[in-house]
Amino acid sequence: MDKLIIAGREFNSRLFLGTGKFNNNALMAQAIEASGAEMVTVAMKRIELDDKQDDLLTHITQNSRLQLLPNTSGVRNAEEAIFAAQMSREAFGTNWLKLEIHPDPRYLLPDSTETLKATEQLVKMGFVVLPYCQADPTLCKQLEEVGAATVMPLAAPIGTNKGLLTKDFLRIIIEQSTVPVVIDAGIGAPSHAAEAMELGADCCLVNTAIAVAADPVQMAIAFKEAVIAGRRAYEAGLGVVSDYAEASSPLTAFLG
Amino acid sequence: MTMEIKINDKTAQTDATTLKELVEELQLPANGVAIALDSKMVQRACWADTPLKEGANVIIIKAACGG
Repeated sequence: MDKLIIAGREFNSRLFLGTGKFNNNALMAQAIEASGAEMVTVAMKRIELDDKQDDLLTHITQNSRLQLLPNTSGVRNAEEAIFAAQMSREAFGTNWLKLEIHPDPRYLLPDSTETLKATEQLVKMGFVVLPYCQADPTLCKQLEEVGAATVMPLAAPIGTNKGLLTKDFLRIIIEQSTVPVVIDAGIGAPSHAAEAMELGADCCLVNTAIAVAADPVQMAIAFKEAVIAGRRAYEAGLGVVSDYAEASSPLTAFLG
Repeated sequence: MTMEIKINDKTAQTDATTLKELVEELQLPANGVAIALDSKMVQRACWADTPLKEGANVIIIKAACGG
């Protein structure tokens, strides 16, 4: 299979994992390992001085194949996103950034205007920007034009597990994009991931569906296999969909 | 001399006179944290040279789980 290349870095896996919602960090680390993912997202939070919790990073940074992708979750506009990006570059020592600006807490839908504005500025500041965005083909082209390393259109709202609600628009985005297309948010089952990959998506980002599974490690494996199967099918070339039957066995020369 | 500052919007007492001293006083981990003073991020290399004044507004962040 083709390898995924983002901003000059090669990835052996086309599955990215989020680190939210796992019961504990050890389970999260096992799921990451089982998934084969080489890119994992992390968030930032304000420290609490009496907080003696297990340090998340010790579970992730032991694995040298992993690229950390800090996100800007919690910011409401481009200005806050730029501040968060500067803090994340300092904290994590990487200029890779999942830009997410979703001011509305109910649906967590990304603000397109602020996302485009922030992407343009952050690229100029030297960040490798992977923006979470609406499944809007026009916006995705604009993000690409201002230097986004990928586009990350949503399949459905974050954490809903609803699958490819935006499928027709994702298809257009994939057709038009010259940067990798990462399907982010709403992928709730391995079949959704396979469907996205069969469409020609370059990658899927999954968090909730794995983290909240009864067995997150087995679910991580299921997603790994689904992404591989979907990509392999895309590269192999799917058959044409038809409204009429097309015999796959000879209908004559048997039984007369 | 002890002074009062704000750390992540909570009032705190400190004897530190620079950001570096504050980091030591709070026993923050060596990696995975970032600090802003009065809404501007301060690079780690500048912590020792950044004075802390009465009423300073300090934001300290660290890694968290997230998608």
